[in-house]
Amino acid sequence: MSEEQKQNGARPEEGEAKAPEQQADGQPQAAEAPQPAADQQQPAEAPRQAEQPQAAAESQQAPPQPAEAPQQPAAPQPGVEPKHAEAQQSAGEAKQSAPQPAAEPSQPAASQPAAAQEKRPLTDEEKEARRQAALAARAAKLAAQGGAAAGASAGAAAGARAAAGGAAAAGGEGAAAEPPKPSPNQPKLDRAVQLLKELVAEDAVEEATLNPFNDDMPTLVIRGEHWLKAAEVLRDHKEFGFRFLRNVAGVDYETHMEVVYHLLNMDSGDTYCVKVRTNRDNPSVPSVTPLWSTANWQEREIYDLLGIAFPGHPDLRRIMLPEDWVGHPLRKDYVPLDPEV
Amino acid sequence: MIRTEELLLNVGPQHPSTHGVLRVVVKLDGEVITHVEPVIGYLHRGTEKLAESLNYTQIIPYTDRMDYVSAMTNNYVLCYAVEKMMGIEVPERAQFLRLIVMELQRIASHLVWWGTYLLDVGALSPFLFAFNDRERILQLFNELCGARLTYNYMRVGGVKWDAPEGWIDKVKAFVKDMKGRLDEYHNLVSGNEIFLARVKGIGAYDAETAIQYGLTGANLRCTGVKWDLRKNEPYCIYDRFDFDIPVGKNGDCYDRYYVRTEEIRQSLRILEQALEQFPPEGETMGKVPRAIRPPAGEVYVRIESPRGEIGCYIVSKGKAEPYRLKFRRPSFVNLQILPKLLVGESMTNLVTILGGIDIVLGEVDC
Repeated sequence: MSEEQKQNGARPEEGEAKAPEQQADGQPQAAEAPQPAADQQQPAEAPRQAEQPQAAAESQQAPPQPAEAPQQPAAPQPGVEPKHAEAQQSAGEAKQSAPQPAAEPSQPAASQPAAAQEKRPLTDEEKEARRQAALAARAAKLAAQGGAAAGASAGAAAGARAAAGGAAAAGGEGAAAEPPKPSPNQPKLDRAVQLLKELVAEDAVEEATLNPFNDDMPTLVIRGEHWLKAAEVLRDHKEFGFRFLRNVAGVDYETHMEVVYHLLNMDSGDTYCVKVRTNRDNPSVPSVTPLWSTANWQEREIYDLLGIAFPGHPDLRRIMLPEDWVGHPLRKDYVPLDPEV
Repeated sequence: MIRTEELLLNVGPQHPSTHGVLRVVVKLDGEVITHVEPVIGYLHRGTEKLAESLNYTQIIPYTDRMDYVSAMTNNYVLCYAVEKMMGIEVPERAQFLRLIVMELQRIASHLVWWGTYLLDVGALSPFLFAFNDRERILQLFNELCGARLTYNYMRVGGVKWDAPEGWIDKVKAFVKDMKGRLDEYHNLVSGNEIFLARVKGIGAYDAETAIQYGLTGANLRCTGVKWDLRKNEPYCIYDRFDFDIPVGKNGDCYDRYYVRTEEIRQSLRILEQALEQFPPEGETMGKVPRAIRPPAGEVYVRIESPRGEIGCYIVSKGKAEPYRLKFRRPSFVNLQILPKLLVGESMTNLVTILGGIDIVLGEVDC
């Protein structure tokens, strides 16, 4: 129930935000705007079906990332600027002219969301203010995206970042400023790689990256055969000092398996992510339980649910499932063998 | 001649002192515990596997059912992870609402612990006191989101419901009353000779051991380690408020008791400030795309739940469903130290020490 409410509740704003933008393109948008209202009428039991047409409509229209970015470069370079200006301007105009057509269809929609029902109904001014905020955000987002696309290989992730960050900064500048941003964690990462190469083995580090989604968390992929030694260095070397193992996770990537460790140095507050890859047919990663006792049950859980063996573990047994369970459920190709299921 | 035999005893899985469906297989030599084997998994529902075929909004109710004594923080950690990946900004008012419910939840959770822990060590009436006060929080939550235990309150980008008329004032009234109640609690229990004899010096470990076992929350802070993610790695808007991190020094059951009761006081402090600064109006949902599809990549976020560090590790392939979702559950990690603490103790201390760790089995088994 609440799921559906949420989805529908989100619709009106979307519709409002979209309408003026379409107007700017000179397209009729009557077909789009009433849709949320139509969805609302759907019986509560049919949220799934109701979603299908939306999703279809969306793939042509929004989400801004994939659909619209490619169009921009196709337009001649000078055309980019005016288009934004136009969008901005028409957005401004929409304040004056659009309310009637745009607000009309969304009127029934706006009165119904369950969220609004419980609260006091929105006044016209508030609605107007909301739509304006949505418009501004959207325009800024588009502009940022245009910049990202023009900046060529900015990548989807970077684009998303730029759009989020650039919403405030607006303009194409957000994306333009993106590339020359050296992360403060870059030196840490370089140093970590260097140390591991010196102290463990030349080929100990398979990959070293910064995770842009995670405040540029240094992420290292260590070769399985060197993992124990590397773990010891990570724990005991004074430049690392990762005495605290926060989390151990296993992931089945279908081509291979991965065990992911999140390490913490409580004094400096550094958190590193270390991964060890292993093959899928006979997955095995040396156990770090002798180094960090906390890994004990976490490794058992991974063994249980993903079937990765941890040689060196003091007590490697299933932990969640019964001993006679067949298979490892978190594997992507897992088929339940229980006849009652 | 007295002959002693090793006695194998099953504690649980349906014993009230195990706070759920934990089974502890204990070997006893007379009264003394010689071997301990916790058996878990009775409540394993495969949340992580189920999540792989659900979209992010659909997963939120599942998080309610992990640590069902502290559902709000679980809601938050998932939403926070997705917001972090997608770079979604959460409006001010929603941030405040989130913070307020999370701190209320911390108080409610610690009250449950306080009541049941004293029940464990043989004091019946504090339980009634604690549940009475917790009831007020549950009613506040009920008014806010229509549920008493499994709230499903937060969403990616904000919260589902705005505070109803007068709700903030009710929370203010609660915070005011609760401060007095806390003093009453201390008068009632904290100096009690019998209670102190049951908890002082029992189940002690040092900071080194706590870190080695990856303990977090009060289980870590009772050893004197000042580590609270609300301060050390601030999330939500915790960095705007003034509060202390209570720590113990002996790492025994009494210090854990002290840390948790003191945390209630600190939560009340945070709440007082937050309620004062609560924005009179504003959005409760940020600008969220129609389809929530975090870009391909991964993220590990962690927050301070009443039981310690609850983490959420998401691997996304750019789809509406997570490729892999892993929760780092503090109860699961904290429980590992149980065998180490129990061996050599007398059987009566099993309940004291187990209760002191503060586990929720829904979270242990996930």
